[in-house]
Order: sequence, then C-alpha cells, then structure tokens
Amino acid sequence: MKLSRKRRRLWIVVLAGLGLGTATALTLTAFQDNLVFFLAPSEIAGKNPGPERAFRLGGLVEAGSLVKDTTADGRPEARFRVTDGPATVPVTYVGVLPDLFREGQGVVTLGKLGPDGQFRASEVLARHDETYMPPEVAAALKRTGHWDPKNGAPPPAASWNTMEPAPARQGS
Amino acid sequence: MSTPAPSSPRPLASTAPRGGGLHRFANPGRFLRLTDRLLPWLWGLAAVVLGAGTAWALLFSPPDWQQGETVRIMYVHVPMAWLAMGGYAGLAVASLMSLVWRHPLADIAARELSPAGAMVTALCLATGSLWGRPMWGTWWAWDARMTSVLVLFFLWVGHAALVRAFDEEERGARAGAILALIGAVNLPVIKWSVDWFNTLHQTASVTRIGAPGMHTGMLYPLLVCTIGFTLLFAALVLAQVRAAVMERRLRQGQLAQARRQEGAA
Repeated sequence: MKLSRKRRRLWIVVLAGLGLGTATALTLTAFQDNLVFFLAPSEIAGKNPGPERAFRLGGLVEAGSLVKDTTADGRPEARFRVTDGPATVPVTYVGVLPDLFREGQGVVTLGKLGPDGQFRASEVLARHDETYMPPEVAAALKRTGHWDPKNGAPPPAASWNTMEPAPARQGS
Repeated sequence: MSTPAPSSPRPLASTAPRGGGLHRFANPGRFLRLTDRLLPWLWGLAAVVLGAGTAWALLFSPPDWQQGETVRIMYVHVPMAWLAMGGYAGLAVASLMSLVWRHPLADIAARELSPAGAMVTALCLATGSLWGRPMWGTWWAWDARMTSVLVLFFLWVGHAALVRAFDEEERGARAGAILALIGAVNLPVIKWSVDWFNTLHQTASVTRIGAPGMHTGMLYPLLVCTIGFTLLFAALVLAQVRAAVMERRLRQGQLAQARRQEGAA
C-alpha cells in the first residue's frame, strides 16, 4: 500500500509526537524526586539533608502550636510545628508572617534543620488550598460544627458549594 | 500545481484545498466571507459577556473567607491561564494542519496567534505574581506550576519570533510549526504539575474530579468572565488573521500587476 504524502506526513508527526511524549514522561518520572518544591516532615528522615543544607519544609501548621513572641532586639518571633500527619517538626522564625498564615493551613518554610531537631526558618510562605468560600458560608460551617479550620481541610465541596450564604448582617 | 517562486508567499485563493469536512474552512476566500459576518457579532457578544462578567465578579460576588477582596484577582488570572493553554492547544492544531495538509490559512493563524497568546500568558504570570505577594508572601517561586507556565510564555514568544525570522515565509511557518508541536508536551505538564509535584501553587479548584472546590457564588462569575475573555481573544485573533489574509492578497495583486507591467514594457 502506498501512502499519500499527506498521510505520510501525518504519520511522521504522530510518531514523533509519541516519541517526544514518551521521552518527556520518562524524564519527568525520573526527575520526580528532584522536582519537589518542599519536603514534608516525614520525608526528612529519609532524605537527611544535614544541618548545613538549607531546604524547604512544607506541611500544615499544627493546631494550637503557634506561639508568638518578640526577640531581645524587639523583632517578632514565631514558634510553631509543621506536620504532615505521621511526623512533626518544630520551627522557629524571626520575621513577619504572611497574611494567610494560620493554624491548620498549609505553609512552606525555607531554612536549616539544627542538630537539636529545630528547624530555623529564614522565610515563611503561606500555602493556599483549593477551596474558595464566602465568609458567611465558612461561618455557618463553623457554627454548625461541620468544620474547624484549625483541624485542616474543609468538608467535601459538594456539601457547601451551593449553600445559600445567610443574609449578611449589617455591621458584622 | 506549479511550485511558487521561493520569495513569493504561497498563493492563497488558487490553492484552496478541495474536499469535504473541516478542510472547507481552510479556504481563505470562504474564511474572509465567514468572518466578515461573524466578527461584528463576536465583538458585540464579547463586550456584553465581559461587561456582565466583570460587574458580577467585581461588585456582586462574595469575598473569600480567608483571602478577602484579594480573591477577585482570580477573575482575571484564571481565565488568562486557561486561555494561555487553550490558545496554545489551538496553535498546536494549526501547526499540525500546516505541517500535514499545508493549509496556508493555518500558517497565518499560527503566526497571528502567538503574539496574542504571549500577551495572555504574560497577564497570567503578572496577575499571579500580584496575587502571590499578599497571599503567599512572595512574588515568585520556582515551583513546577510557575516554572512550566514561564516556559509556556517563552514558547509563545519564541514561536512569534521564529516565524518572523525567515525571509522566506514558508520556511518560518514550517520551523514555527515544529517548535509549536514540540512545545505542546508542556501543556499536560502545566495541567498536572500541581498533582505530580508538590508545589506552592494550589491544586485545581474547578477542573477536578468531584464537585468544584469553589462556592457557586464565585464559580459562576468566573465562568462568565472566562467566556467573555475567550470571546474577546477569538475576536482579536480572527481580526488579525483577516488583516493578514487581506494584506497577503494585496501583496500578491501588486506583484501580479508589477509583472504585467514588466511584460508590457
């Protein structure tokens, strides 16, 4: 069977696309461990970055762990624990925390892990989860006991994303 | 079919592909007639939908319980991100048409698509940066999502530059089409970067399995804004392609006239 020129060109493009796609997939799979933006607390033991190497630690700010303080020279200091469930790492940070920093919310910190197990952060970034919710709906979920933001992610979206927000009270 | 002289662009109307199916739309003459009637409606519809969507998003949608009013950046950022990727998918299709079927209209479409695509990708990056500073605490992070979108921006700009870098338009179009198709592997990487790698950027809220993680009070205006921006993008690109087709016809007409005069003299 003789292929027409158009058909042949189509096959060349398709085959080249398949080859390129496979190569990319293999490369990404191979690099998956190196392409991480941050390490979770339970991954630290396995990777063992050492006290001299700066790395990013990411997870949830453990509920009730945040202590705000001031250093001797009057700068704000925060102590909190970052957890991913199985493991927890205590973190100290001198500086201003981002607006979205909250207990139960995601956080990514850059710093070094001391020999005492304390992670000394030089930068704290807040992570945002994929939920977008009007304040009235969040308040209603909290009021009815369906969700405490300190304990992490909200209930399944289907249970609240069409919820009618209670009429906003004036001055609230 | 005679081969055109190397320096002259591919003749447009004379090589109109015959045949049925979608190839009918590769005829530049038919394209001009069709878009002549379509474009006024497209501009009008884009203005109405975008006006309504913007008003809904900025004035009548609720703030976010955590982000407050800053969440309204989303109504520009997310449509720009979707358009950047959807537009690139369109560029890949046009490039395939150009490489396999040698449709001259596909070359022109690809050539006119890339500046617009670069613009929406730049807007996506800029609004993301403006959003990231107050929310995350940083303008930029080299995580997989942001880096792959930056690569997309470079692909758009590279394509725009490459197709214009050749004296012979056809060779530029060929090189650009190959670049665009190679770059298409970046699209799934962008989409799933937030799932495959851990990133600072959050995972998808709307295009995910199960219910959208976004209250409908924000989701609906977001979708209306997306439709509005898409209509505007389509109108802009179609108008550009029309202008390019007419420009080329004019040049061919002038060339033919010059040849006739040369022959008469």
